[in-house]
Amino acid sequence: MKVGAREYSLWTIAIAIVLIFALVPVLWLLSISLKPPSEITDGRIIPAHFSLENYKSLFEGGWSDSPFLHPLVNSIVIALITTAVAIILASFTAYAIARLEFPGKRAILAGALAIAMFPPISTVGPLFDMWRAIGIYDTYLGLIIPYLTFSLPLAVYVLVAFFREIPWDLEQAAQVDGATPWQAFRKVILPLAAPGVFTAAILVFIFCWNDFVYAISLTSSDDSRTVPAALAFFTGESTFTEPTGSIAAAAIVVTIPIIVFVLIFQRRIVSGLTAGAVKG
Amino acid sequence: MSEIVLDEVTKVFDDGYEAVKDLSLDIADGEFVILVGPSGCGKSTALRMIAGLEDISSGELKIGDEVVNDRSPKDRDIAMVFQNYALYPHMTVRENMGFALSLAGVDKAEIDQKVEEAAEKLDLVQHLDRKPANLSGGQRQRVAMGRAIVRDPKAFLMDEPLSNLDAKLRVQMRTEVARLQSDLGTTMIYVTHDQTEAMTLGDRVAVMRAGVLQQVGSPEELYSSPRNLFVAGFIGSPAMNFMPAEVSDGKIHLPIGAVDPAQIDGLDLPSQGKVVAGIRPESFEDAAIVPDETKNERGVIFEADIDLVESLGSDLYAYFHIASEGVQSEQLADLVGERLAETGAAGRREGEEQIVARLEPTSKVRRRQRAELWADTAKLHLFDPESGARI
Repeated sequence: MKVGAREYSLWTIAIAIVLIFALVPVLWLLSISLKPPSEITDGRIIPAHFSLENYKSLFEGGWSDSPFLHPLVNSIVIALITTAVAIILASFTAYAIARLEFPGKRAILAGALAIAMFPPISTVGPLFDMWRAIGIYDTYLGLIIPYLTFSLPLAVYVLVAFFREIPWDLEQAAQVDGATPWQAFRKVILPLAAPGVFTAAILVFIFCWNDFVYAISLTSSDDSRTVPAALAFFTGESTFTEPTGSIAAAAIVVTIPIIVFVLIFQRRIVSGLTAGAVKG
Repeated sequence: MSEIVLDEVTKVFDDGYEAVKDLSLDIADGEFVILVGPSGCGKSTALRMIAGLEDISSGELKIGDEVVNDRSPKDRDIAMVFQNYALYPHMTVRENMGFALSLAGVDKAEIDQKVEEAAEKLDLVQHLDRKPANLSGGQRQRVAMGRAIVRDPKAFLMDEPLSNLDAKLRVQMRTEVARLQSDLGTTMIYVTHDQTEAMTLGDRVAVMRAGVLQQVGSPEELYSSPRNLFVAGFIGSPAMNFMPAEVSDGKIHLPIGAVDPAQIDGLDLPSQGKVVAGIRPESFEDAAIVPDETKNERGVIFEADIDLVESLGSDLYAYFHIASEGVQSEQLADLVGERLAETGAAGRREGEEQIVARLEPTSKVRRRQRAELWADTAKLHLFDPESGARI
């Protein structure tokens, strides 16, 4: 399609606006995180002096005293466990929904959608009481369970869409070739659904990584508090100073894994992986 | 290698649709059998039941003397080539072809050797490390066949394997398939909707219509003595010409003339009543070319206004109309689509029937001229208009 010069410039402007809108706050945050504490409120976009003071303060005191290290590890472990479990369960579920005829199939999908739409805040109160009663308040498990509840429907939806794209014939070819259903799933279907699996994994990981509501409500100590919640507990130099600098630095640090995660998997999300499977 | 026996095999889908009805077919060890019919006739469903991809609703399926109704596809030891090839896109040609063997736990060296052998047979050696996406249609098709032959299965099942190829390649691969089958000597069941493919490839051809087997026989049998109107109309290209006829006074009255039944062998003609007459295009000839003694011996001579002449060099097709109220038959109605595609009977008018005649290329018949034609009535086919059965 040939794009006219006028249309082209309009698009460029539109894209520039979106980029500025999205990226300026991040740049501002980066700028604050790089300022020495005394200049944080000077209002300049480009810091007068660069300093890594804020980043140092995050890790100061090492494992025992740092306000950030524990939550960071918690965040990583909780997000990874949730992602792994969600992807395994979701790929089985999605496969069944995409391939098999069974009663209640629609109900499962509708139910999943309903759960994904449910406002998390409304479950926080009951969960708080329940978790304390059964003793998983302020544990990894206490966060992983609600995260799974919300991320599974999402993963199932994404994977069902991908599984449906895979030609039925491929699986039948595998069966005729002597594969058990499990072998056909593992050696033929799953590799082909890889882009979908990675997409779902990224979405689940980001959901867990970003969650604040559950993290703040269902934890009470650094044993299981994740980064978004931990930021709220940062303290300044004295009672009267805001910990703006360290919060900015921490915000930048927690952004990095997301960027890395997306960059790694983006390469795997190659469209057209199924090209050439069947004549089309 | 094994024989395959279908005994009154029936497939009823969940929605109650009967795709295959009481299909009985004995396929001998090493035989090449074609299932042919228009789309929706149940031929693919029948094949998929043999493969184990569809459950058998009733009846019995035996592969090599064992009833395999309830066996999963992987335990039936049959290989299948799918219409769209169904190659695994994430595997190389080598891995695609060796997949079945590696699932069976055959050791690596042996798999490599067998894959190389098959690749050599199919001229795929230089493509072994490429992915299916980078192959041409013909190459993909060969990989699909290669995947089947490396396994040395009891039988090959082919589901319209050539229908996605262009016309030239299709003819080429058709020869390839025939050669492969005779080299390997493995039982092969081949599904197609293309009667030319069926006639050229098979030891035996089974014609199906609406889930019911119509006739099984060698291509020659189907061609020379079709059991009913459907088979008669389906087999042969251009298709057989049909016209209504009436029997009275010991003669068969066709729109083109009267015929003495004595000229036709094996006829059990009713003394009175309507019949449907079928004449193959090659049973017509330019009357000027036919030797006089032949004309005296048999046949009818008639005049026709030629609408169109197609000269193919080796043959000459002449199209003309005869006045007739047409032949009404359910069996032929099923074929209308196919026949239209084949003959392009566009100029069809009410009360007229288009007839195709295949004449010698030396014929002087020309478009929009009146011509004298001769029909070889010894090769006349007669059918009962009610049941469609051959008389």
